[in-house]
Amino acid sequence: MKQENTTLENKNFRPLDLKKKLRPGESVIQSLLFMSGILSIFITVAIVYELGKEALLFFTTPGVTLTKFFTTTQWSPGIGLFGIWPLVTSTLITSAIAIFVSLPLGLSAALFLSEYASPKARATLKPILEVLAGIPTVVYGYFALLFMTPLLQSIFGDAVQVYNMLSAGIVMGIMILPLISSMSEDALSAVPRSLREGAYAMGATKFETSIQVVLPASLSGVGAALIIGISRAVGETMIVAVAAGSGPNFTFNPFKAAETMTGHIARISGGDLSYNSIDYNSLFAVALMLFLVTLVLNLVSQVIVERFREKYE
Amino acid sequence: MQINETPQYSIETKDLSIFYGTFKAVSNVSMLIEKQKVTAIIGPSGCGKSTLLRSINRMNDFVPNCHVTGELLMRGQNLYGSNIDPVEVRRSIGMVFQKPNPFPKSIYENIAWGARINGFKGNMDELVEQSLRSAALWEEVKDVLKKSAYELSGGQQQRLCIARTIAIQPDIILMDEPASALDPISTLRIEELMQELKKNYTIIIVTHNMQQAARVSDYTAMMMLDKEGSRSGTVIEFSETKKIFTNPKDKRTEDYVTGRFG
Amino acid sequence: MNPTDNHYPEGQSFRNSLNSRYRVASIWQALFFSALLIAMLSLAALLYNVVDGAFGYVAYEYKNDPAEFSAKPLDDLNKQELLDILKANLSDGAYNKLNNEQAMEKRSKSDLYTLVLERLIQIDTKQTWSMTASIFDANEVKAEAAKKYPEAKLEFRSWLTPIFLTTPMSSKAEFAGVRTAILGSLWMVGIAILFALPIGTGAAIYLQEYATKNFLNRIIQTNINNLAGVPSIVYGMLGLAIFVRALEPFTSGSIFGITDSNGRTILSAGLTMGILVLPLIIINGQEAIKAVPDSLRQAAYGIGATRWQTIWHHVLPNALPGILTGSILAVSRAIGETAPLIVVGASTFISLDPEGPFSKFTALPIQIYQWTTRAQTEFHSIAASAIIVLLVLLLTLNAAAVIIRNRVQRKY
Repeated sequence: MKQENTTLENKNFRPLDLKKKLRPGESVIQSLLFMSGILSIFITVAIVYELGKEALLFFTTPGVTLTKFFTTTQWSPGIGLFGIWPLVTSTLITSAIAIFVSLPLGLSAALFLSEYASPKARATLKPILEVLAGIPTVVYGYFALLFMTPLLQSIFGDAVQVYNMLSAGIVMGIMILPLISSMSEDALSAVPRSLREGAYAMGATKFETSIQVVLPASLSGVGAALIIGISRAVGETMIVAVAAGSGPNFTFNPFKAAETMTGHIARISGGDLSYNSIDYNSLFAVALMLFLVTLVLNLVSQVIVERFREKYE
Repeated sequence: MQINETPQYSIETKDLSIFYGTFKAVSNVSMLIEKQKVTAIIGPSGCGKSTLLRSINRMNDFVPNCHVTGELLMRGQNLYGSNIDPVEVRRSIGMVFQKPNPFPKSIYENIAWGARINGFKGNMDELVEQSLRSAALWEEVKDVLKKSAYELSGGQQQRLCIARTIAIQPDIILMDEPASALDPISTLRIEELMQELKKNYTIIIVTHNMQQAARVSDYTAMMMLDKEGSRSGTVIEFSETKKIFTNPKDKRTEDYVTGRFG
Repeated sequence: MNPTDNHYPEGQSFRNSLNSRYRVASIWQALFFSALLIAMLSLAALLYNVVDGAFGYVAYEYKNDPAEFSAKPLDDLNKQELLDILKANLSDGAYNKLNNEQAMEKRSKSDLYTLVLERLIQIDTKQTWSMTASIFDANEVKAEAAKKYPEAKLEFRSWLTPIFLTTPMSSKAEFAGVRTAILGSLWMVGIAILFALPIGTGAAIYLQEYATKNFLNRIIQTNINNLAGVPSIVYGMLGLAIFVRALEPFTSGSIFGITDSNGRTILSAGLTMGILVLPLIIINGQEAIKAVPDSLRQAAYGIGATRWQTIWHHVLPNALPGILTGSILAVSRAIGETAPLIVVGASTFISLDPEGPFSKFTALPIQIYQWTTRAQTEFHSIAASAIIVLLVLLLTLNAAAVIIRNRVQRKY
């Protein structure tokens, strides 16, 4: 101990050097990490640039005008028909069917899981939704074409074509269900307990509390889930590529075949596509529209979720 | 650099204020902290004790928008000077935290890691043993050095954290309510340890527990919120512990130490 | 209103109204639960539908009579005899082509047997039946087959066999396998992870440990969240424009001296998939890093560690299980993605194993897509078999993720 003391005495008078040290390793690593972070910005820029560049080539092709693009109803760029509507309507119809299926089911499932289910029941029920969420969409495509369509045909008869928007839409709804359910459940469970207790203390039943107090309080979160669901439906490719039909078709009849924007891109790009052709460029115009629509939807949903979070934190 | 050196003091603050953004959390603190003594900082919750303590080894650098004005001198060098390396500061001013926070590694590694990253070239086994002995933990753990630090009790974990700090041979050890998460017996051992440590180190401790301050410290700084309702804390009285507890100058200190506060 | 007035029902009448409130509540509760029931039924229907397609009766005819080639029944022939039959009956060109793919003498007996069936006897599948029909209406199936195809043989067949896993692609469903597709998927995912894991983890570390709350970093964070929601087919278009087209000299391998390839290679697909899973890896990585308690960082800083020492020695080791789980999830996502691969130009028919990053490729989901969209039902059967392979693969991966998550208990 004695000896230790003396060394420590000495230490107390050792020169104290607190000057900045050069740590080149630290700076190199930090800049590498920063570059990884900034890469994501480049990806977005690259998407906008590449899609925009080719789309611009498409719109500057002789014969293509924005008016034609948005007001005519036939799409076949190879032979000079540039009306985007058939692709848009079928995208809207399949997405609407999907939301019509997934919103009530997803919200109900979320209400049951967050308000009614015991922790044990939750632990067994939630994985089922997670499995549904993990199934690749091409498998859903198989399911739509070889299960849902025959089922619909046996219910509605021959009016249902082999490829049809209804079957694709319903299966897409099943695919989106877990997403809507888990986002809604997050929103419901973010509602503070004090609010529920307030309702119970006034003699409300569990059902009245969940529907009239909890659900309204979490409505913006559910709205965000709905928007993300729409965005997912609009961007979904494989289910519609397999089951909704191949060939643009301007129709509002869900029993009929019609190609969506994503399905169109998948079919045309899967074939022999030569660069700089009008077909090639037109795909980028469609993809740009798709990107912009989903971008706006995602941004809106993100803003809503953030506001919602602030409200209860 | 040597000109300003004041040998019997290890830390000197001159009109030190600490801000979070525009909010002034601690205002205008001027203190001389003596070498190889225990200095306690006491005061009610939220008066900026921990903020002041953490500013001494620049742990507040990790709080966004936190900055200081005034001077904080260690042996004549302003720790917030533009050419000062915060990593060097922390290596010279060790810290023990409120909750024991050993690394999820073996007991041995907990001590060896800090030494290794600071370029220790001596005999590691010796250093580990010496540090554990200084923290009064050696006898309890000498046979289980390879075990995870998480298998120790809370009190042992805290002493391990002290040993880990001693191992890098700092000049000063800061302790942020080091015993508040411990049972009375473990608390007693930490207090005994502090008496042992002050032979070699300058110790600054933040504590809620007034008896503890009275028992362990040589000097006491009493912190309070400013009167004007600005919600920023400051040191209202700083002197020998004996004086603070028996003959305080400030009425608020008297109220606080006798339990009449609030 | 006079406070002493009582406008509420009392006694029995209150109890009655309460009971009716409870009745409504329980009806709704049942409705809420039925949503989960529908989800369960859908999952069950989907899985059943797939299994149903992968097994069942099949009616087929031989185009050429086996007796034309051999006096003995085919099953009794040995390897040399099979080889002789092939040599004798295949055209020289066809034989040499097969020989070039893999030396005929070195092929296994079952391989040769398959070749005899495929090339010489030539099976012609007339119809397939689902597993359900084959089991429960076996007699009707048999009667139907006997009536429609009097010449045909009827056989209960499992389309999912070990051979299915190890044979390459074929234009005939009966002889097709997923070997090429599985190898393609593995190559592609390997490249994707090699690209995305270091960059994604780096970005996660940057955002959690270095980034201050300034404008640029907020943009980066918002941007990553948005990228996670961009439709996968848009990533395919990006891959087509950048990797397949703009960087063709690199992705085709022509700058490395490989000449017989265009930009539609495994490398392009892998990089495209890497960009697609990057936001997923970043977000999961951030969660994992966030879960490491601050006290650990403070402990390290408190004894004079630099930022990177703290991250490398304490934050990363403790975040590793979370990062690993996240990358397994990213792998599952990449394995199941189809649309970007179509756009980037997966080959529709390819029977050679991929040899490296500059090979043309196909992948498991691409085969499923191709086969599902064929009109003939035997292709649906092999699509179903390929789906089972894909789902088992995904299940294994996810089980691994769960095991990692549970094995590594949080210590703090």
